[in-house]
Amino acid sequence: MDQLLFAVSTIVVGVFGCVAYFYFSNIILDRMLPASGPNAGANINKANAIRPWLFVLPALLVLALYLVYPVFSTFFLSLRDTRGNFIGADNYVWLAGDDKFRESLGNNLLWLVIVPAASTFFGLISAGLTDRIKWGSVAQSLIFMPMAISFVGASVIWKFIYDYRGENQGEQIGLLNAVVESLGGDAQAWITVPFWNNLFLMVILIWIQTGFAMVILSAALKGISEETIEAAYLDGATPLQIFFKIKIPQIWGTIAVVWTTITVTVLKVFDIVFAMTNGQWGTQVLANLMYDWMFRGSPDFGRGSAIVMVIMLLVTPVMIWNISNAHKENR
Amino acid sequence: MEMAGTKSRLTWAVNLAVGFLVLLWIIPTFGLLVSSFRDRDAISTSGWWTALSASEQNVIVRADAPDNAVQNGSDWIITGNVFDTGDGTVTAFGITSREPEAFAPGEIATHAQGHEITVDQNGDYQITYREQPSGSRGQRLFVRAESPPGFTLDNYREVLFAEGMGKALLNTLTVTIPATIIPILVAAFAAYALAWMEMPGRALLIAGIVGLLVVPLQVAFIPLLKLHNNIGIGKGYLGIWLAHTGFGLPLAVFLLRNYMVGLPGEIIESARVDGASDFAIFRKIILPLSFPALASFAIFQFLWVWNDLLVAKVFLGTGEDQVVMTGRIVDLLGSRGGDWEILAASAFVSIAVPIAVFFSLQRYLVRGLLAGSVKGG
Repeated sequence: MDQLLFAVSTIVVGVFGCVAYFYFSNIILDRMLPASGPNAGANINKANAIRPWLFVLPALLVLALYLVYPVFSTFFLSLRDTRGNFIGADNYVWLAGDDKFRESLGNNLLWLVIVPAASTFFGLISAGLTDRIKWGSVAQSLIFMPMAISFVGASVIWKFIYDYRGENQGEQIGLLNAVVESLGGDAQAWITVPFWNNLFLMVILIWIQTGFAMVILSAALKGISEETIEAAYLDGATPLQIFFKIKIPQIWGTIAVVWTTITVTVLKVFDIVFAMTNGQWGTQVLANLMYDWMFRGSPDFGRGSAIVMVIMLLVTPVMIWNISNAHKENR
Repeated sequence: MEMAGTKSRLTWAVNLAVGFLVLLWIIPTFGLLVSSFRDRDAISTSGWWTALSASEQNVIVRADAPDNAVQNGSDWIITGNVFDTGDGTVTAFGITSREPEAFAPGEIATHAQGHEITVDQNGDYQITYREQPSGSRGQRLFVRAESPPGFTLDNYREVLFAEGMGKALLNTLTVTIPATIIPILVAAFAAYALAWMEMPGRALLIAGIVGLLVVPLQVAFIPLLKLHNNIGIGKGYLGIWLAHTGFGLPLAVFLLRNYMVGLPGEIIESARVDGASDFAIFRKIILPLSFPALASFAIFQFLWVWNDLLVAKVFLGTGEDQVVMTGRIVDLLGSRGGDWEILAASAFVSIAVPIAVFFSLQRYLVRGLLAGSVKGG
């Protein structure tokens, strides 16, 4: 209970601290540059130039300390060994030759192709279908619900699906194996079958991300002008033709946004792999490999940092694309 | 007419397809929910889907010893019930292993030695001897019984009070509440300045924040852990609150600025003309009007912090008083992966709160998602 009290008092201190900072910094500014007297005009101009910075300062400080500084710091760390000696690009050279790293990079690329593609595809299908029926919004919230579930919770949920019981361990209690057996197939320990197990882990993320894709794509579909659809309908287009040839081309922009957003999530995927296999059986990914180097018995922050820089590099194209899009929109 | 026919067939197909998708999407979660109410033995011996229907099973029970027969008129009888615990329905019974289902409930079976046996639907049996019997081994009864699905709350009781998940729930709350509320205020002021105040370099700052949206958090772990150690925060709640505040800020500023830019400029301009200070405009006009965006971000941040595993593993200690629910569940997965009942109930405790938030505030979540990605892209 003390702990919650600590949390609540932090909120109070934090919130009051913020309000007090904004309130008093504004008052001090007004006192120092009064909007009256001989220099009123010049003072007002000066105050107007300074005030915005008072408003953004706390946010900028936190961002600089918690996100910008670490990017550079991590980069410099990646050029050092465990004792802090400068070793140039040695960590990267080591990475290039490390089997586990290559496996992780390969798996990450596989995730990168399959998960955004499948989530966007299922999202598009469910958005297109649910828009046409009466109970569509109910269906949408049920498909969307996994978004609220943690990756760890989702891992436990899917463990109940993938579970495998060997020959003499009785009935299968995993849904997938029960279905496979009832169709006449042989039960498998899905999570340990190299290569394919990656796909079974991806299914978990696809299950989570489809709802996100659906919600956004559904809004985009609703925004399409009725005229084009009506014109196509009068020309005798079938509903399928309308969907694929009229609607989808008009929402390419949104599809790209959904795709890239999921891409970024995928690059950072950690919890699912950590909880399901911890990188065994050929399922290692970059984020988990980095965590491993950071927290193993004898941690190597240099190598860990080098792995993070690789993730950072992979995210960069999306970052640039996002910035240029936001820039275009602001103009 | 034909047009209408195709149309209704198509509608049927769409309904079916959506039904199928929805089923596919909720079955996994539903399976966990059902499993969390089953007892340990049931979970590890049969699939959760079997728990939904009454299960039929064959049981062999031994009736009370003949020595205990009670005289009733000229007969000696033994009575009892085949279900020791719980209840069920007898669908058939027998008295030999060759024909375990020879008789319907209520019928009278005559044993080779002359005594008569009957088992009722509710499991009551009666054995009637013509003469006083003796012996300590009771008659064997073969019973086919249908037992209703058995659910229990014991898993939850154990998880919350004995397995430390209650404490982990408290720890998660301790992390989540400040980490959700503190970034909002900091971000709101910055968003207002970036939306409505003239300042040089504003476009650059906005671009920077959009860029920071996708920076992988992993980048921050080693430098910040070192920083926290150097300034004496170490691993603990203060550190994780600051970290979550920092990591949540880009999205907060971005969402709130996008929303505030869309507010009607005339209101703000006329307030300025009336001599209102920026601080007053922010507090009296912007903040109340931005409520939907504030709510959206609050929900995002809440879900993200509540569900987070990685940041908690890095910035919190491993002691009982700092482990959050997700961390606890991962530990269970590793060390006691076979304890399905504990896992299922623990996982459900941890996902119940986000799901409740999700269903009650879905509106704001969707609005935030749309503002965050469609507009931004």
